[in-house]
Amino acid sequence: MRATLTQRELADRFVSRFGDEISDVRIIEWSEGIKKIPQRSVWMTIPRDILVDAVNELITIDYPHLGVVAAADNGDIIDLLYHLQVFFGGVHEEIEVIFTVKIPKSDPHVPTISALIPGAVYTEREKQDMIGVIVDGIPDSRRIFLPDDFPEDVYPWRKDEKGIPASMVRDLWKVGRPTDRPAPPVSDKKADEDSTGDTTKAPKNEQGGEL
Amino acid sequence: MSGKKASYDLPIGPIHPALKEPINFTFKMNGEVVEEVDFAPGRAHRGIEWMGMRRNPVQILHLCDRICGICGVSHALAFGQAVEQIAKVEVPDRAYYVRTIIAEFERIQSHLLWAGVAAHELGFDTLFYLAWQVREESVDVIEYITGNRINYGIIQIGGTRRDITADMFPRIEQALRYYESLFDKMVRLFLTDKTIAMRCKNTGILTKRRALELATVGPTSRASGLAMDVRKDSPYAAYGDLDFDIVLPDVYGNETVGDVYDRIVVRLYEIPQSISIIRQCMQNMPDGPVLAEEKYAKILSGLKKAAGEAFARVEAPRGEDMHYVRMNGKQEPPEMWKVKASTYSNQMAWVEILKGEQIADIPIIVASIDPCMSCTDRVAVVGSGGEHDILTKEHLHRLSVEKTRRMQQ
Repeated sequence: MRATLTQRELADRFVSRFGDEISDVRIIEWSEGIKKIPQRSVWMTIPRDILVDAVNELITIDYPHLGVVAAADNGDIIDLLYHLQVFFGGVHEEIEVIFTVKIPKSDPHVPTISALIPGAVYTEREKQDMIGVIVDGIPDSRRIFLPDDFPEDVYPWRKDEKGIPASMVRDLWKVGRPTDRPAPPVSDKKADEDSTGDTTKAPKNEQGGEL
Repeated sequence: MSGKKASYDLPIGPIHPALKEPINFTFKMNGEVVEEVDFAPGRAHRGIEWMGMRRNPVQILHLCDRICGICGVSHALAFGQAVEQIAKVEVPDRAYYVRTIIAEFERIQSHLLWAGVAAHELGFDTLFYLAWQVREESVDVIEYITGNRINYGIIQIGGTRRDITADMFPRIEQALRYYESLFDKMVRLFLTDKTIAMRCKNTGILTKRRALELATVGPTSRASGLAMDVRKDSPYAAYGDLDFDIVLPDVYGNETVGDVYDRIVVRLYEIPQSISIIRQCMQNMPDGPVLAEEKYAKILSGLKKAAGEAFARVEAPRGEDMHYVRMNGKQEPPEMWKVKASTYSNQMAWVEILKGEQIADIPIIVASIDPCMSCTDRVAVVGSGGEHDILTKEHLHRLSVEKTRRMQQ
C-alpha cells in the first residue's frame, strides 16, 4: 500500500492549509471495464501566488509525477492546468491532482515550479511558446517547438488577435520565398543543362578525375 | 600539451543517420566525452492540435491515428476516453476488451521495432533483421483484426468500429504461441550477448530519483526502478479486470541500475506480459455489442451538447500518453485539445543520461528512451540543414511545386 490519503482527505488537507484560496474543488471518479475500478482525480482551482506552495504541499504528501501543464484560452484569462499524480506504483491506488491556475491575459505571469520538479521546464517552455504566458524564474526561456523566425507575439493556442492570423495559413503559395535564407543546395537548371552539354563535348574538366 | 583541453561544440541533426527522426542536438564535447547536452525538438511539427480544433471529435479520432505511425491506437484511445468522460458515454464492456487486445499487440510490435533499432544502433544488424522479421507477425495480426498494418482506425467514440469474434481467436492464439516460442531466443540473443552487455551495461544511467524528478514515463522510468504504469495505477479499458504486474528490471537480474541494458530488459519482458494480457482478454471477453451508437450523425449530435473538461491517459508502448480535451456544448470541435505524447516526458532525461558518455555511445543512448519525434512535435514547421537553416512551410510548399513542375516536363 502506498496511498496514505483518500481523495477527500487530500482535498481537505489543501483546504485546511490554504483556506479560501482553494476554490472549485471537484472529486471525480471515472471507471471502465467490468470491475469498474475507478480512476480517481481531484481538481482544484488555485491562485498563482500559492502555486509553488501548493506543489510543495503535494511533495510533502508524496513526490508527484508531473504529467503535463495543459493550457486553454478562456476569454480574458488563460487557464493553466497542472496535471500531477501521487501514489502511483501500487495496485489501482493512484490519485491525479489537477491544479487549475487562472491568469489574466493583461498580466500573463506565473511562477515556475521547476525548482521543485526539474522536469517541468520542458512543458513550461512549451506554454511560453504556445499560449504566451510568461513563466517567472524559468531556468531556460528559449523557444522549444516554434522555430527562431516565428513571429513575436503570435501564439498558436490563442483564440484572440494574438492567435495564428489567417494570413499565415491561407494561400501559402502566395507568401513567396523568404529573402533572408541561404539558397537551397539545388543547382540552377540551366547551368545543369550547360554542364552536361559540356562534359559530352569536352574530354575532361580541370579536375581530370576518372571515376 | 597542457592537461586541460578546450571543449568544442558538436552538432548532430536535425537530420542524421544515427537519428530515426528529426531533432537537433548540440553536444559540448571535451575530447571524446560529452560535457553538456542541449536539444531542440520541433522539427516535425504538423499542426495537428490546431487542425483538430477545427474538426469534429470523430474526425479528430482519425487525425489521432496519424499522430504517430507506431502508437497507432494509443492516441485515438486516449482522445476517445477523454471525450467519453466529458459526454458520459456508456461504452459496452466488450469494446473495452477489443481495445485492450489491439493496444497490447501494438506494444509487442513497438517493443520489437525498438529492439531492432537498438541492435542496429549497436552495429548488430543480423539481430536487427531478426527482430524486424519476427515483428511482422504482430503487424499481420493487427492487419487481420483491423484491416490495416498502421493507422488502424478501430477506435470510435463509444466503442470500437470492429469486433474481434471467437472465430478470430485461433489466428491470434497462433501469433501468441509464435512469440512465446521465440521469447527464450530473444532473451538469449539480447541479454546474454557479450557485445550488447559491454555496450549497454552502465551506459546512460538514470537513477530512480532523477527519473522521478525529470517526470519520465513508461519503460524509461520503469528501467530505473520507478514503478509506474497507467494500466495498473489508473486502469482504463479492460486493464482493471486483468491480472498482471508492473515490469521492473529485477525480473531478469538482481539489481536495478537504470542503464540502457535495463531498458532492454524491461521492454523484452513486457512482451510475455502482453501475451498474457491478450490471452486473459480472449478468455474473459463478455458478449454484446462493441459500439454504444452506430449512427455517425447520432454520435455527433450527442457530442455537440457535451460540455466539460477531462484528462485521459493511456499507457502507450513508450509510456504515458495524455490527452486534455475541453468542450463547451456550443460547437462540434473541442474548445481545446492538448496532446502529451510519451516522448514529451522522456526527452528531459537525455540531458541527464548523455552527460559524461562518449560520442560513439550517443546513438544507443538517444535511442534507449525510444524517442518518437512525430508524437511530440505537432505544430507547423519542418526544419532541415544547419541550426539556423530552417525550411518554413511555404518554402517546402514551393519546393514541392517546383518538383512537380520538373516531373511534368
